[in-house]
Amino acid sequence: MAALELTDVRKTYTSGDAEIVALDHATLEVADDEIVALVGPSGSGKTTLLSISGGLLTPTEGTVVVGGQDISSYSAKQLTQFRREAVGFVFQAVNLVPFLDARENLVIVNDFGSSRSGSEAKKRAEKLLDELGLASRMDNLPGELSGGERQRVAIGRALMNEPDLVLIDEPTSALDTKLGEQVMELIVSEVKSRSTAAVIVTHDQRMTHYADRTVAITDGRLGAGRPAD
Amino acid sequence: MKLGLVELRRKPLRFAIAGSALVLLTVLLLFLGGLLDGLYINSTGLLRSQQGELIVYSSDAKDSLIRSRIDPDVRAEVESADGVAATGGIGVALVGGEVPGESDLVNLSVSGFELPVDAMSSDVSLAPDQALADRSLEADGVDVGQRVLVGAARTPIEVVGWVEDTNYLQQGGFFVTPDTWRRVLADSRPDANLPAGTFQALVVELADGADAADVAEAIDAVTGGATSTLTRDEAVQALPGIREQNSTFSAIIYVTLFVAGLIVALFFALLTLERIGLYSVLKALGASSPQIFGGVVVQAVVVAVVSFAFGGLLMLALARVLPSEVPVELVPSRAVQIVVGLVVMSALGAAVSLRRVVRVDPASAIG
Repeated sequence: MAALELTDVRKTYTSGDAEIVALDHATLEVADDEIVALVGPSGSGKTTLLSISGGLLTPTEGTVVVGGQDISSYSAKQLTQFRREAVGFVFQAVNLVPFLDARENLVIVNDFGSSRSGSEAKKRAEKLLDELGLASRMDNLPGELSGGERQRVAIGRALMNEPDLVLIDEPTSALDTKLGEQVMELIVSEVKSRSTAAVIVTHDQRMTHYADRTVAITDGRLGAGRPAD
Repeated sequence: MKLGLVELRRKPLRFAIAGSALVLLTVLLLFLGGLLDGLYINSTGLLRSQQGELIVYSSDAKDSLIRSRIDPDVRAEVESADGVAATGGIGVALVGGEVPGESDLVNLSVSGFELPVDAMSSDVSLAPDQALADRSLEADGVDVGQRVLVGAARTPIEVVGWVEDTNYLQQGGFFVTPDTWRRVLADSRPDANLPAGTFQALVVELADGADAADVAEAIDAVTGGATSTLTRDEAVQALPGIREQNSTFSAIIYVTLFVAGLIVALFFALLTLERIGLYSVLKALGASSPQIFGGVVVQAVVVAVVSFAFGGLLMLALARVLPSEVPVELVPSRAVQIVVGLVVMSALGAAVSLRRVVRVDPASAIG
């Protein structure tokens, strides 16, 4: 079973009388343990594709199946539960909760609704942070962490609820090359060690070799994928 | 909700503006409530402290104790009414008193009574020219064993004990025998000289199982309309200015609570605007609108309760330095009413942000 199946997905917006096509009959399949890099210029539809895959937007046409769930016609409430349980996000701006420490930033995902108890969630958060090299920074607030450390906390948060699919938006845009490579290596290692699928949106061609496959997108249309170099 | 509480604990200063405003409003509300209660308590104690359920006035007195007259014949008719177990005469004279060692006159409501009031023992017995004084008169220098010179004739009356919560129309309760009261009244107002056996009103104790309204009706019927019988609560409300005073202060208190709600609404509306980015991220991570909104309401309620606590402490400190002429009484039930009002108005104020929270788009977290 594929982690993500987009079939003929179309997303349009209206602006006055004009129809703007953000995603044009996009079809993409991401295998269970596959990492796909999605590259394209600004305004090409990368973010729309990521948002639709993560249940943040609903498609105008087509079907979206994540981890076996067809979310194409889910209600807002169903999508909220889907996001809570089936996907993990790493945002471009990291977006940690500023008044929660590193551990709490992971546990909060569990607090929104999970079968895991509070103490189990805390243990899992600590294990993840330990794996991410943040064992000594668990009690620190985001403001007390470096950019790379914040990015690692965000990766831990995305993995907290053992999602089927991790969606990562421009993970290296705010980092220098060396730190960016370290973060990408960490993402690949964490995602691969859990046999989880990931879609990484990036404009940085230097980072695409970390993915199993690179897919280009232009004007809302997906190009043919090619294996990473 | 947990998130909201953690934010309150870690970033309390973020809520300082709303909290400070609510602390000041709490002081204002407690002061207004205290003033209302002080005025009410010090005006109505004589009637509230009566143990009888009914107060009988002469019908031409328009429910005024000062104007009313009940002579022995009418009293006998009252006592013959069904449901009446016992009657006791009461009368009051509003006079000044000279307290030994004090330069200012103290205001006294000299009350002649036959049935003991709440704070008296059932076998209370006074000799002529002896009085039980209301404890509030201590602040004016009155003490047990003193002889206070009462009224225009400066009748010396010895204070032999205390009673509580018996003031009448802002004048300190001073309970004496009926004869002493009649003498003080006659000396102060020669036109109001009352013969022995005549009182201004009667307090009626009901027979077991009797209904107060039915007995009141029976009394007025048996006297052929010569009396106007009120329940104790009705008699309290009929005192001059009490209804107007209650409604005026209550209106001010409700408006102040409304202002508290507006302040909370404005504050949390601005805070919600500031947090839209955070809320979109939380929604993207799987938080529902009710979970986020619940956190906002919890924050508003906690800010209201903590502000009330600080405001209450400030008011207690303020009450200690207020001059004794300001009749502020801090009553627990009033404090409960105000804290409940603040919490409800704060929760409603925070609810103004609901629409905005619901409309936060989780997709904006990613692009």
